[in-house]
Amino acid sequence: MKKHTYLVMGLLGFAALLTSCGNGNQGKGSSGALNSSNAEKVYVAPGEHDEFYAFMSGGYSGNLTVYGLPSGRMFKEIPVFSQFPTSGYGYSEETKPMLNTSHGFVPWDDSHHPDISQTNGELDGRWIFINGNNTPRIARISLSTFETEEIIEVPNSAGNHSSSFVTENTEYVVAGTRFSVPIPQRDMPINQYKGNFQGSLSFISVDPEHGHMDIKFQIIMPGFNYDLSHPGRGKSHGWFFFTTYNTEEASTLQEVNSSQNDKDFIAAINWKKVEEYVNNGGGTKMPANYAHNVYDESTHTATTTMKKEVVTVNPLDVPGAVFFLPTPKSPHGCDVDPTGQYIIGNGKLSADLTIHSFDNMIAAIEGKKFDGEAYGIPILKFEDVLAGTVKSGGLGPLHTEFDGEGNAYTTFFISSEVVKWKLGTWEVIDRKPTYYSVGHLMIPGGNSRKPFGKYVVALNKITKDRYLPVGPEMEHSAQIYDISGDKMELLYDFPTHGEPHYAAGIPAELLAPKSKKFYKLADNKHPYATLGAADSKVVREGKEVHIYMSTIRSHFTPDNIEGVKVGDKVYFHITNQEQDFDVPHGFAVIGANNSELLIMPGQTKTLVWEPKQVGVWPFYCTDFCSALHQEMQGYVRVSPANSNIELSWSLGD
Amino acid sequence: MKNASLIMIIGPLFLLGLFAFPLWNIMLGAPQYPDPLGMNIHISGIEGVSEFDLQNIDGLNHYIGMKTIPKSGEMWEFDVFPKVIIGMMILGVLIGLLGFFGKLDFKWFLGWFVLMSVLGVLGMYDFNAWLTDYGSNLDPHAIIKVVNEDGTPMTYKPPLLGYQKMLNFDVTSLPSIGAYMMFVGMSLTLLASYMGWKSKGTKVKQQSKEVLAA
Repeated sequence: MKKHTYLVMGLLGFAALLTSCGNGNQGKGSSGALNSSNAEKVYVAPGEHDEFYAFMSGGYSGNLTVYGLPSGRMFKEIPVFSQFPTSGYGYSEETKPMLNTSHGFVPWDDSHHPDISQTNGELDGRWIFINGNNTPRIARISLSTFETEEIIEVPNSAGNHSSSFVTENTEYVVAGTRFSVPIPQRDMPINQYKGNFQGSLSFISVDPEHGHMDIKFQIIMPGFNYDLSHPGRGKSHGWFFFTTYNTEEASTLQEVNSSQNDKDFIAAINWKKVEEYVNNGGGTKMPANYAHNVYDESTHTATTTMKKEVVTVNPLDVPGAVFFLPTPKSPHGCDVDPTGQYIIGNGKLSADLTIHSFDNMIAAIEGKKFDGEAYGIPILKFEDVLAGTVKSGGLGPLHTEFDGEGNAYTTFFISSEVVKWKLGTWEVIDRKPTYYSVGHLMIPGGNSRKPFGKYVVALNKITKDRYLPVGPEMEHSAQIYDISGDKMELLYDFPTHGEPHYAAGIPAELLAPKSKKFYKLADNKHPYATLGAADSKVVREGKEVHIYMSTIRSHFTPDNIEGVKVGDKVYFHITNQEQDFDVPHGFAVIGANNSELLIMPGQTKTLVWEPKQVGVWPFYCTDFCSALHQEMQGYVRVSPANSNIELSWSLGD
Repeated sequence: MKNASLIMIIGPLFLLGLFAFPLWNIMLGAPQYPDPLGMNIHISGIEGVSEFDLQNIDGLNHYIGMKTIPKSGEMWEFDVFPKVIIGMMILGVLIGLLGFFGKLDFKWFLGWFVLMSVLGVLGMYDFNAWLTDYGSNLDPHAIIKVVNEDGTPMTYKPPLLGYQKMLNFDVTSLPSIGAYMMFVGMSLTLLASYMGWKSKGTKVKQQSKEVLAA
């Protein structure tokens, strides 16, 4: 009998287990259904295209990566400030000048804030700009070739961080100094920072037709740290806003010493007023030395011009042009809403966001309601310019973007979340965690007059356990949220290359139709171009040997070269004869001390090779170009330095 | 007969379309060519559908040892065809005019149509002969030599009309706007012949009625 009871109880227990299992499965099932609908939202079927391009800065990679949204697929890494052996950027003779600076050849930088050109405050998709933070530079990248076309060095700057943001009609791309320095640079004690160091804010004009950049003027400001910036738009067009920290002007242990003041400033610059002053002959022509590197698409070649002068402006000389808006707690991001009315200071050591009103600011300036001055620059009263405060409950606000529907989205680094709040009422509508410690966020067009408020991407600084572990060093993580409803919805999580700081997004339909497919050979004006296999040749000029080589599927012309000697400097000038989409040829030669080349159809690139050993050395195509790719190869015979073998070259017998 | 003659004048003018539009079109698509390559065959020469299509077709064809696509000066047809077309157009319009003034009857209309048809068939025969030579007269040192199941070398003659799978390519060969215009024009001359024949018939009947009445 007892046995029987045990059996019954055992069966009951088993049944209970089954039931609870069933319940558990039910719960999972419903969340599975939710996940599958999110999966559909980011699923881009094979052969289909994404809705948006996302350009993510590479941070310490120095480059710019191109992604699709909502899929999170990476399409390209565009080399900008860093050498890129994959294509030969910064290694080929044509692109080496792109990385010239007043400090010589600088093959790396730290790229932070991409910004797409605008017309009437809306994205126009002509160019994208990005700053090099370490050795101050601004780059312009073509959005038809997706290649870097121009890099200008910024003198009198250090830590080029509050950059590279464009004004409403791309009149200027603006670059501000994070680390104030002696201007001009000189040998002086570091502890005399206070009152002696200064920060420059550079307004770089952009030629409306070709995009060519030129430093129109630099405003020489007090020695604070100018951290981030954004242009006014709409009603506030003509103004530019910069957050500052270290108004304490500490030169050591800034971690503590720059965090003492309860409030730092947002600097408001009326650049139209300064522009007018400069156009009327104002400003000082200051001796300088900075590189301006321009890549010409028709010659496929970059050239460097060293510029020797820059116009500087003392803000005190232009009354009514520069004001300080007190802003709590070492503000980081400085963001302006799509209407141009609200200027958001993201006080990174605070829980709150400070929102200034442009109208209040103008009224305070007109009423001359100043609260003292800093180095002669009027400080407006905090209460007079304040529009409101977002009491978020989060910690460490960094950056804010807008959806164009009256909502703002702010990242909170310390509390790892994105908070959605309403402009005007300052009420918090929603908050979602990020994984982990989010820096910037990006809504396509989210810092223009016309955002495309469908998705927000959170760009995180810490990855930890988000993906399969790959040792101590990992890519950064990004999350994409659907923001089309009242509440944000986390859709997907994907790794990003380098360390993206800011990013810029744009609807695919604005860029895809004008993306270039290949370069026309007939338009190739490269001085060493080979415009037909019949024009290929080898020319000796003393110790230099110039090989005019052509490539077409699947051979090099010529592919046998003799008469090269140890000690020669051999230039392989290679022209890709193909005139079809996506038929690059690669070029690599044994023992090259630089990189390979990837040559696009119609393009000419040059690799220098200095053979050090006698022998017969092969070269080959590195891009699997065709069924006969493996046969795409050749030999260079290298003879002793004192050999008298004549130059000869051939293809076929 | 006047209406028939007017149509006979208009019909041959449609041949002018051959100077503006291609006669024939051959498209070559493959997995790695989502945007297919294409040839437009005009009476005066062969053009690519996109700017570099001919160069790219030649580039592909060199693997299988095909000759390059002939340029305008390299085939007598591209000199003669335009002259023949102009000649036939002038002849047709002239016949129509003479018909209008009652100097010629519908048999001339029909005669023009038959002559044009014969020339058309000869043209197609010649075109097909060229396609055959182009697709089968291959370089013996070709990089890729494919043999049929029976061991004979594979040839690459594009279809004269319709679709054919050739290695990785889907080849479609169809008449183009110029050919359709020529077809419309020739149909009009056939219509003119028919109307001319009909109106002559009624005329005869009317005359015979008049005779009877008298």
